[in-house]
Amino acid sequence: MIARKTCVALIALTSVNLAFAETPGSIVSGYAVEAARTTPGFGPSAKRGFGFFTKEWGVSQKMPNCTVCHGKNLKVDGKHVITGKRIDPLAPAANPERFTSSAKVEKWFKRNCKEVAGRECTAAEKADFIQFVIQGDQS
Amino acid sequence: MKKWLMAFTLVLGSTMAHADGEKLSVPANQKWKTECGSCHIAYPPQLLTAGNWQNLMAELDKHFDANAILDANDNKEILDFLQRYAGHGARYSASSLRITDTPWFTREHRKVPFDTWSDPAVKSRSNCTACHINAERGDWSESGIKMPGGKRAEESEGRPGSGSNRRSEEYDRD
Repeated sequence: MIARKTCVALIALTSVNLAFAETPGSIVSGYAVEAARTTPGFGPSAKRGFGFFTKEWGVSQKMPNCTVCHGKNLKVDGKHVITGKRIDPLAPAANPERFTSSAKVEKWFKRNCKEVAGRECTAAEKADFIQFVIQGDQS
Repeated sequence: MKKWLMAFTLVLGSTMAHADGEKLSVPANQKWKTECGSCHIAYPPQLLTAGNWQNLMAELDKHFDANAILDANDNKEILDFLQRYAGHGARYSASSLRITDTPWFTREHRKVPFDTWSDPAVKSRSNCTACHINAERGDWSESGIKMPGGKRAEESEGRPGSGSNRRSEEYDRD
């Protein structure tokens, strides 16, 4: 009886975890919903995301664009342009841990957008960018 | 019983031997390791003073040409950790807040040839693992040093391994 109760409790806990598990797709959806509030009918676009990723912002001298650290091939390691430290691939296909924590995603957007774009990124830009990284092409 | 005692003695012995050569080891703090170890390795707290760490953590939005801002709770937890194990004295202090500008760092690395620093494989003085190949695992021992091009630290210094350890101990007593 006790064993059965424990089992039920375990299953309940597991499903709670599953319900809250974040995926790149769920994080894109979150940003897309936010973007649709200001832009009705907004849908994430990998093509716009590619444009964002490769844009020459020219705000920071050492970090003028995303690719100076992350490289142009999303499936291979990047390299920090200042310290030389290896950066795990951005593509979830090559690095399953990517975009599985919205808190971590927000932290890095906050830092890198200020650094490279000179301002915070919009929800639309974030949705487009992650969509691009998931799809891995510019279509 | 005898076996257990022997195993215990072995474990104790190896821990002590390890601790002896591990001046820079600290208890694991996951937040420090993750947050400070994203763009560079998480530098040991002992290498700057508590005052230096405080100033450094107060300006993470302009952290040596990069934005490394943390939320307030994480910042506090990490600063507490850094200060708890911080170095003491002028040799671990630099007005630039760069570990590489402290008298300790300068002295420890004084025999590293100039062209080693500018080697593309090193790129920056902040890139410890270019030579201290196991530093990310907390191993800063002399035997874990491998200079670019496969040179060993001893070769560039022209002295066998224990030399540098002895020097640093002497220096610590200065």
